[in-house]
Amino acid sequence: MSGASITAESIGRRSWLKPSISRERRWALWASYIVLVFFAIGFLAPPYFELVTALKTSQQLGSGKDPWFTAHPFFGNFIGIVTNPDFQTFFLNTVKVTLIVVVLTLVMSILAAYALARMRFFGSQAFATGVFLTYLVPESLLFIPLFKVLSFLHLINSTWCLLLVWPTLSVPFCTWIMIGYFSSIPKELDEAAMIDGASHLQMLWKIFIPVALPGIIAATIFAFTVCWGDFLYPLAYLFTGKQMVLTAGIVSDLIHGDVLDWGHIMAANVVASAPPVIIYAFLMDYYIAGLTAGATKG
Amino acid sequence: MIGGPGFAAGPVEAETEAAGGEESMADGTTGISADTLHGFVPSIRRGGLRRFAQRRSTIAVLMCLPLIALIAGLVVYPFFYSIYLSMLNRDATRFIGLFNYRYLLNSDTFDLVIFQSCFFAITAVFFKALIGFILAHVMHNISGRDQRIWRGLLLIPWVIPPALSTLGFWWMLSGNYSAVNWILGQFGIPQIAWLSNTWTARLWVAAVNVWYGTPFFMIMYLATLKSVPDQLYEAAAIDGATWLQKIRFISLPMLRNIISITVLFSLIVTFANFDIVQILTTGAPADTTHVFATYAFQLGIQGGNISLGAAVSLFIFPILAVFSIFILRGVGRRAREGM
Repeated sequence: MSGASITAESIGRRSWLKPSISRERRWALWASYIVLVFFAIGFLAPPYFELVTALKTSQQLGSGKDPWFTAHPFFGNFIGIVTNPDFQTFFLNTVKVTLIVVVLTLVMSILAAYALARMRFFGSQAFATGVFLTYLVPESLLFIPLFKVLSFLHLINSTWCLLLVWPTLSVPFCTWIMIGYFSSIPKELDEAAMIDGASHLQMLWKIFIPVALPGIIAATIFAFTVCWGDFLYPLAYLFTGKQMVLTAGIVSDLIHGDVLDWGHIMAANVVASAPPVIIYAFLMDYYIAGLTAGATKG
Repeated sequence: MIGGPGFAAGPVEAETEAAGGEESMADGTTGISADTLHGFVPSIRRGGLRRFAQRRSTIAVLMCLPLIALIAGLVVYPFFYSIYLSMLNRDATRFIGLFNYRYLLNSDTFDLVIFQSCFFAITAVFFKALIGFILAHVMHNISGRDQRIWRGLLLIPWVIPPALSTLGFWWMLSGNYSAVNWILGQFGIPQIAWLSNTWTARLWVAAVNVWYGTPFFMIMYLATLKSVPDQLYEAAAIDGATWLQKIRFISLPMLRNIISITVLFSLIVTFANFDIVQILTTGAPADTTHVFATYAFQLGIQGGNISLGAAVSLFIFPILAVFSIFILRGVGRRAREGM
């Protein structure tokens, strides 16, 4: 049955494609692949280069031979960096703060998005617009006054200060995409629940969160990526190795530490870049769906 | 309000009435008359405080409270505080009005910063949009599983934290024996100190941003392209349109709104970029690659002149204010058209 329909369909397509159009199609396909290969090489060369550098000994790096290839991969840099106590501190700090901020972000944005999508209140429209505008505000506009705010709170050079500043990067956009997902849920669902006597929290927990789960996954990934990769705030507010996170730590501490060579630094780079890359490899479709629903940084 | 069904629907209607009548709640008349109509006056009127706490708008505001606190305390307040800071002297002890701004506008270094910020943002965004547009079309040509794989590969630059990949670029470019020079050497091209010459450094800073940001444009355009009906292109093909004509008369009009949103949005973000310049050049050679963010960081955080740094970073605000109005209009239009 299904086989028959497939052949019928393919015959139909073949007869539809006139020779000239099909030739043009094939030509367009080849041209597309050539362009793609060209850009893929350009796009992937830097990460590839980092990986190759991380797989070389310092002698190999100093020899000035082919920097783009190594015949004898050397894993000592990775072992060295994973057992490096500074790097371990950076990694743990990053994981700790990022996870807390992701949870905070989800709680704040889901609550606010539910209220903004379903319950009108005085100024709710204006507030939703304001949330989107907040998302457009770049961190480099605010890092100097926030430095004063954080020093007033005695949080300068403490990893915990990131718990305050990172949500400003993640929450507005997450709220924005959650408003979109929640608004797309049919009103009949919550009316039915309301007749059954569900409270707002029950409705949120039992209807909105399960139905909008793809949006929540997208928001989670967004919050995670933004926090994990942020560089300006940690660089501006953290000074000592014990408090550092990965991005600022690798760039400032490992380089100025002058004990480590480039093989180590690139190994650190690869390890630090791995979590977002792995997460997105598995959840790419959710992420892209969420991002194209709004509009995001790039 | 007579009969079974009406009574059953009563509580719900009262809820929605209360929610819908929020705007007219101030005068109070509408709300009360609605209640009287439904005959729920005795049960609802009891306990004004409890009723207030159970009102939809109260719950809604409570649910928004964390977000309101965050935006008010860590975005709006710092912004106005920044304006105040920028009008203080170096030790933040004396009010000096617009002196910091006048000082900046008279300084030759700051002229370079303004020029480089604009040059960097315009060049980078132009190429990001152009390459993203090409890649989206090319990607749209190939189908199904292949498209997923290529899309995944080409998105990688955008997923790696930019600070870390810029560090890789730095190692790829720095010194005479850099990896890029090695490739050029294979073709007999002499070595170039990429990051020590003003213009090569400026171009590389923009190039790294293009490398990082293009995938974003690509997926935004690809998603919109998918919503363009295939029949348009098929009809054009039957009429004998060239690929250039298809782009000119179908793709560009259909993608116009999303192009303007992404370009304006990216102009803001790129204009305010920090990571790439800070790591690749830190403003060198001779402050010619500084942008507002890195210059503000150098003056405000490293140099300890918070007031002057605040003044520098506030130069980002005008472009933010103007472009965000247009973005809002574009996003509104996009929501209405459902694209």
